[in-house]
Amino acid sequence: MESIIKRFDHQVICGIVESGSKVLDLGCGNGDLLHLLAEQSGVKAQGVELNNDAIHACVEKGLSVFHSDIDSGLPYYPDQSFDYVILNQSLQEAKKVETVISEALRVGKKVIIGFPNFAHLEARIRIFFGGRAPIVSSLPYEWYSTPNLRFLSIKDFKSFCRIKGYKILAAHFLDSQGQVRVLPNLFAQNAIFVITR
Amino acid sequence: MTAKEIEVVETKYFTFAEADGFKLESGRAFGPITLAYETYGQLDAEKSNAILVMHAFSGNAHVAGLGTGDQDPPWWNFMVGSGKALDTDKYFVICINVIGGCKGSTGPSSINPKTGKPYGIDFPLITIGDMVRTQKVLIDHLGIKKLHGVIGGSMGGMLALQWVACYPDAVECVIPIAATLKHSPQQIAFNEVGRQAIMADPAWNHGNYYGGSLPEKGLAVARMVGHITYMSNDSMEKKFSRRLKDDNTGFKFSADFEVEGYLQYRGMSFVKRFDANTYLYITKAMDYFDLSDAKWIPKDGLPGVRFLVIAFKSDWLYPSVQSQEMVKQLQMRRVDATYCETDSTYGHDTFLIESEAEKQSHLIKHFLAKRK
Repeated sequence: MESIIKRFDHQVICGIVESGSKVLDLGCGNGDLLHLLAEQSGVKAQGVELNNDAIHACVEKGLSVFHSDIDSGLPYYPDQSFDYVILNQSLQEAKKVETVISEALRVGKKVIIGFPNFAHLEARIRIFFGGRAPIVSSLPYEWYSTPNLRFLSIKDFKSFCRIKGYKILAAHFLDSQGQVRVLPNLFAQNAIFVITR
Repeated sequence: MTAKEIEVVETKYFTFAEADGFKLESGRAFGPITLAYETYGQLDAEKSNAILVMHAFSGNAHVAGLGTGDQDPPWWNFMVGSGKALDTDKYFVICINVIGGCKGSTGPSSINPKTGKPYGIDFPLITIGDMVRTQKVLIDHLGIKKLHGVIGGSMGGMLALQWVACYPDAVECVIPIAATLKHSPQQIAFNEVGRQAIMADPAWNHGNYYGGSLPEKGLAVARMVGHITYMSNDSMEKKFSRRLKDDNTGFKFSADFEVEGYLQYRGMSFVKRFDANTYLYITKAMDYFDLSDAKWIPKDGLPGVRFLVIAFKSDWLYPSVQSQEMVKQLQMRRVDATYCETDSTYGHDTFLIESEAEKQSHLIKHFLAKRK
């Protein structure tokens, strides 16, 4: 059954993950993405989520989910237990980013990371001309109430992968209309990377 | 759909091991064994919709519905019934009083056919494994090859774990609530205080008190200690604070505080419905229980089995780390597991409290729904 996928990032990720894969979604929220992957690609899905109501929503969708923050949710999974580990819109809330990513790469063969691009034009304008911390559609929070602890750009992430020696297998850049092909660090609101060791 | 109450249910009895006895974990062959049980709903034609509910330490087979002579609602009435989490329109729900119990199943207060007197402490020491293996005889007798679910809180959760450990091919959904893979020294210690209180009561008389005066004082103290551990500091503060029963302190060693009166009442009402020797036997079985070495999970995992592990944040007797430990073992062996820690303030007893039922019910109901 082909249903319309509402979110571009979900669409992209569904395009990346091969059917029948084993997938761990760190910070899976209410399980929309995992549910989609399970329904459309028959993946074996497992989530990690901290929010109680979100866990209930996952269970309602028939998903398996482990109640934990993503900083401490991994140590007991054996090496390479999953084909993909997904960190979609959750990495910017992690306390120990390096550990989370290296753990994700330990338990998963490939890691899909989706994050809001902090160097997006809208954000730059607000900083440069407004002199204010950016509140934009992909980062819609005041500085004092944002759950985001990390503010990174596409360039920052590429440089991080270079320093750590992680291979970038694919990169997708998105704005509210769809894929961005030109100057993604300036025009993309969201980035989705597929990395491996 | 609104939840309907179950009509009248009757406790049934099943007796086996009359001739050769049933081989217990201790090596002793023991029989005959009678198990008291109740069922709710209808077993489907494929016998694939059965859910075994397992009671906690002081529970019984009467999980829901109207029994004869009920004063309080049965212990999981809010969970079992038409439209409820364990929906009796869909599932065939079974609950069995454990061996060693005092609610209709063979236990220390049962008559030993060889002597014509109650067993007392001649009753063999039993384990959680023995409870499960005897339950399996009854489940086989009912013609059920695979249980759709095994579920229980506290000791009931240990039984659920033991079920999958003994019979990994005979269960699909495993739901341990506020349970553990093994008792910590703290949990053993509280049980030992209870046992010592009973055995220190002169009326206990080495377990030979049937027909005479019962070790009520000892059993009541044991229950009082137990009750403290089932609540949380917050729930006690809310329920009693430092309120006095009368307006002033009596300057006597009487129950001045409401909490004292409550515990005494709880203790005294317990002795009317529970056997002191059963207290000894079952607490010992719980203390012996230990699945913490993970050997019970086969190397290639448990295909076809899935777990829903529920813990309560305010439970300090079976703290959530014990449930997390359980899930970590499952993760190590790549077993399908969901874990949720609920925010209740009621402590260990949360799973028995109707006002807290909604969250648990929601999880359990959806988890039990069959998957593609």
